[in-house]
Amino acid sequence: MLKKKVAMLLAVAMVAATVVGCGGGDKETTDTPADDATTDAPADDAADDTADDAADDAADDAADDTADDAADDTEAPASGETIKVGIINNDPNESGYRTANDKDLKEKFTAENGYEATFQYSMKNDEQIAYAQNMLTEGIDYLLLSAADTAGWDTVLQDAADAGTKVILFDRVIDADESLYEASIVSDMAEEGNKAVTWLADQGLDEYNIIHIQGVMGSAAQQGRTGALDEKVAAEDSWKLVTQQTAEWNAEKAQQIVQSVIDSGEKFNVIYAENDDMAKGAVAALDAANISHGVDGEVIIMGFDCNKWALEELLAGKWNYDGQCNPFQSDYIDDVIKSLEAGEEIAEKTIIMDEKGFDAKTITQEDVENFGI
Amino acid sequence: MKDNIVLQMKNIHKSFPGVRALQGVDFTLRKGEIHALMGENGAGKSTLIKVLTGVYSKDEGDILLDGHQGPIAIHSPQDAQKVGISTVYQEITLCPNLSVAENMFIGRTSGMGQNWKKVNSDTDKILKSLDIPATATQQLETCSLAVQQMIAIARAVDMDCKVLILDEPTSSLDEQEVEKLFTLMRDLRSRGVGIVFVTHFLDQVYEVCDRITVMRDGQLVGEYEIKDLPRVKLVSKMLGKELDDMSDIKGEQKAYERKAGAVPVLEAQGRVSDAGIKPFDFHIDKGEVNGFTGLLGSGRSECVRAIFGADRVTGGTIKMNGKPVKINKALDAMKNGIAYLPEDRKGDGIVGDLSVRENIILAQQVLRGFFKPFSKAKQYEIADEYIKLLSIKTASADTPIKSLSGGNQQKVILARWLFTHPEYLILDEPTRGIDVGTKVDIQKLVLKLASEGMSVTFISSELDEMLRTCSRLVVMRDRKVVGELSGDDLNQSKVMSTIAGGDK
Amino acid sequence: MQKNEVKKSNENILMRMVRNQMFIPLLALAVLAIFNLIADPSVFKITLSENSAGNPVLSGLLITVLDNGSELAILAIGMTLVTAASGGQDISVGAAVAIAGSVLLRMLCGGNSRPEELAMPIIVAFLISCVVAMLFGAFNGVLVAYFKIQPMIATLILYTAGRSIAAWINNNELPVITDPGLSYFGGFIPGIPIPTPFFIAMICVLIMFLVLKFTNLGLYTQAVGINENSSRLNGLNPQIIKIISFVILGLCVAVVGLIKVSRVQSINYSVIAKDIEMDAILAVALGGNALSGGKFNMAASIFGAYVIQFLTQTLYKFKVSADALPAYKAVVVIILVVISAPTVKEWFGKMTKKFKVKEVA
Repeated sequence: MLKKKVAMLLAVAMVAATVVGCGGGDKETTDTPADDATTDAPADDAADDTADDAADDAADDAADDTADDAADDTEAPASGETIKVGIINNDPNESGYRTANDKDLKEKFTAENGYEATFQYSMKNDEQIAYAQNMLTEGIDYLLLSAADTAGWDTVLQDAADAGTKVILFDRVIDADESLYEASIVSDMAEEGNKAVTWLADQGLDEYNIIHIQGVMGSAAQQGRTGALDEKVAAEDSWKLVTQQTAEWNAEKAQQIVQSVIDSGEKFNVIYAENDDMAKGAVAALDAANISHGVDGEVIIMGFDCNKWALEELLAGKWNYDGQCNPFQSDYIDDVIKSLEAGEEIAEKTIIMDEKGFDAKTITQEDVENFGI
Repeated sequence: MKDNIVLQMKNIHKSFPGVRALQGVDFTLRKGEIHALMGENGAGKSTLIKVLTGVYSKDEGDILLDGHQGPIAIHSPQDAQKVGISTVYQEITLCPNLSVAENMFIGRTSGMGQNWKKVNSDTDKILKSLDIPATATQQLETCSLAVQQMIAIARAVDMDCKVLILDEPTSSLDEQEVEKLFTLMRDLRSRGVGIVFVTHFLDQVYEVCDRITVMRDGQLVGEYEIKDLPRVKLVSKMLGKELDDMSDIKGEQKAYERKAGAVPVLEAQGRVSDAGIKPFDFHIDKGEVNGFTGLLGSGRSECVRAIFGADRVTGGTIKMNGKPVKINKALDAMKNGIAYLPEDRKGDGIVGDLSVRENIILAQQVLRGFFKPFSKAKQYEIADEYIKLLSIKTASADTPIKSLSGGNQQKVILARWLFTHPEYLILDEPTRGIDVGTKVDIQKLVLKLASEGMSVTFISSELDEMLRTCSRLVVMRDRKVVGELSGDDLNQSKVMSTIAGGDK
Repeated sequence: MQKNEVKKSNENILMRMVRNQMFIPLLALAVLAIFNLIADPSVFKITLSENSAGNPVLSGLLITVLDNGSELAILAIGMTLVTAASGGQDISVGAAVAIAGSVLLRMLCGGNSRPEELAMPIIVAFLISCVVAMLFGAFNGVLVAYFKIQPMIATLILYTAGRSIAAWINNNELPVITDPGLSYFGGFIPGIPIPTPFFIAMICVLIMFLVLKFTNLGLYTQAVGINENSSRLNGLNPQIIKIISFVILGLCVAVVGLIKVSRVQSINYSVIAKDIEMDAILAVALGGNALSGGKFNMAASIFGAYVIQFLTQTLYKFKVSADALPAYKAVVVIILVVISAPTVKEWFGKMTKKFKVKEVA
């Protein structure tokens, strides 16, 4: 008896799943002219919603209908009710930046602030997609996403739209139609690079012989921070790259690269490292060779990310410049959610965060406390 | 080339660093004959065959093959197969997890497409025509060793071979299986295939062969019609000496007489392991040589392995000199003065890449413990002593054991255990696959050790050997002990009838 | 005996050289050295100067190689044993270094990520990290020995999870130690101009050679690696010996963790000792040791480690970017695999024989 029931449920679920699958497929084809999306969406939504419900009900008897309804409900929940957010982030162990980012999010999306948050971490795109699908099945109001990879998100985001879940991207952009998310809160890496290069140009050296230590090739941070410097070097005769190599965010590799330049006896007066760790490795090599650095030193040291310990180096005058990569996106996200709940339109989908560059000569203890991560 | 000659090797030379393995060897094979290639280990049989099959390249000499003008060049086993020379080795080189048909046709098809229906029916046809009890779709590992061996032969024959080389095909088969194999060989002979048969079993040579080529020390001794060469002569040709040495041990051992009140060196009761034998009782006295006998697979080895703790022991007790001891693993046995020379020399005995010296000291070194290694000087002293004592033929104590011939490898393993100065020595097939000279040496050594007070259990698949050395035989059938023979009962016919079972 | 000696001396000298296990690493070293000399004749210049703390230090390419190659040499010791005993390699050493380093920092900080004072003496913290690293080694060893999992697959677990575990140990904090005492291990001890990692490596090497001389570790490990059945029947416990090899590698990992953490006085879980396992395995292979286990030559592995570092440093010198390094190392691997292949060996044999014949003629 029971077996029969289970089998029937399974069959229904499978049929429902195929319907959903077909719906999705159809949608993609009709969507190809991107502008049509808005006109097509409602009709398909309705069809998918019923299919979705059928699937949910069939697959899981214990599924909470009311929860489902709530999830499907596109109207704002009454004030005082908790907002359910699903947060998919990269592994907090990835870097100090990510650790700070995760901490910031965890502090913001709490019960006291009216949120019920689920966190999932992965540095792999397919795992992230799976997490997202689970969250959608469980029912959430907002999906906050820092994608591991730019591609492959269309289907999930479409599912989210169908389920009435709103998507906000943070830190990372993706290759998907703008209509699929409400807002994208990002750092402008190229701007970070520009700021740093402008600062360096302002130092007014006669010659710029630069050791350029890059991050993992192809990452957004590397591309942004490298681009500005490359342009400047190409434009100015007095700017030269002694070496331009990737140390893959790794302090030891940076140390070895700088060591090999020192061993070869080439002259240099700037180290432009694309993160703090690599700047630190470079400095270790300089220290071993007794080459002075920092304020009034022979070599200018530049880093990025504003780790607390790096800002302390600045404060002590051992480094010269540190560019911020702002990990504190939770306030921005919170603002966006608040406005959406209030029924306001988000004027600009891409929100670029304020980011600073710190100079050893002007940095204060307060800055270290406030901006160090 | 003469009409009935299928293969002729002329004046073949081959050297390895420090060794002249073949020195001007001639070999002639005729159509439809079974030709035994005989010689001690190190005589150059394997090298000759490897030259013929393209595993080694020859330094000098010509190979002529029926149907080819002038000398042919064979640079690889594939070349050899192409011209119709196929080899079946002692170790089966098929894939156990594929089906019989897949094994038959693997590596022989052109292109990607494959009509498996046809392959299967072809395979079944071949199997049937050669009377091999297997089906095309059967997985190879479900066949018995003998059938696998026959499938390997069928595969070779089906490749239109003119020359079939069988390298020790019978060493892991029991008598009935050997008989089946011989039927197959005779069948192939009648179809005109020239068969080169390499074996150590004299009986088998006389049962199935037409002609014998004898080699010694890399040189040709001669080619003989089987009827012109009686056994004794064959052995003496192989050894290059008269047979007085053999006659020393030909007389049967006297039944071992237990001294009044003597306690057995080792006494096992209800001993059983997870290797599938029935619980058995066993004892051995000081200075006694006894043996386990029975057909292959009757559980001879499993019994001694159970005593030594080589397999997982699941029950039974052991007393050494009347005192109960616990033996669950090899080290326990070794600590109680038991030594075990395993049946599978390559798999369980030698440590191939290590030197002769390290192989000799290994067991004793383990007994001494982790923190008490022998000094290098002491190691060389020990190794040289045993190399001399057992006349092990090796370039030096530092030579890797794997480069020694089988007989010498066996002597090194023997040296390893003798160096532990055991009270009780178990020799499981110490003479398998080794040359006649070494066999005699080992038999003599066993008797000498016993006379010095060591207890020895000796296992051999050659009954003659057992009768010559043992004073008591434990007979096994179907994985259980079925009898114990000593004194007047210790003769061939009685042993045979015990093995076969009383009701026959 | 005498006959053997005569035979030996008659053997072609070239052939004997080629057969020596040190031949490949020496050849690689020679090629690298010549390449460097042609590009820059002053490349091997070593200068004595003062570092920023006012202590005399030696510098130059060779010193850099000795400095950075030492970590690799230490790992090569353990990796050689693991390779010999288990016939496979441990690919989790990089992640394990992260764990060992993280434990070390956690102990030194005592929970405060920016301590003014060390929570405990460095030696105590180091010993604790040794214990932890050895436990993780034992974990790998048990998987390999008792569960019969291929070493590369078994260590894949820790390879994947290790860096997260390392981060978890310190609650995702990035501790920074300011105490100069810690910097000595990866830098210079005041007054001694040679990098400390080299001394540490030499101590490890010395200990290993004493262990190999005064215990049966070498014999047992090789016996188990060559023929497990036979070893068991000779009273050895292959499982225990495999586990021991992994535990020793764990110890090596802890030492490397100390050096790595000391170099930057901090840790970055995701990049510390990244890909170091590949270099360590390559060192073992370059030393002419079969990656399928069995016989090993410890000295050749250690020497191979420094040659690998020399290669890395040379590539840096020629401004090859770090992400292209693996490609160059892959070329080395290919060459190694090819020249150790039986067919090529046979060809070598033939060539030397021809050479010999000509000589005689």
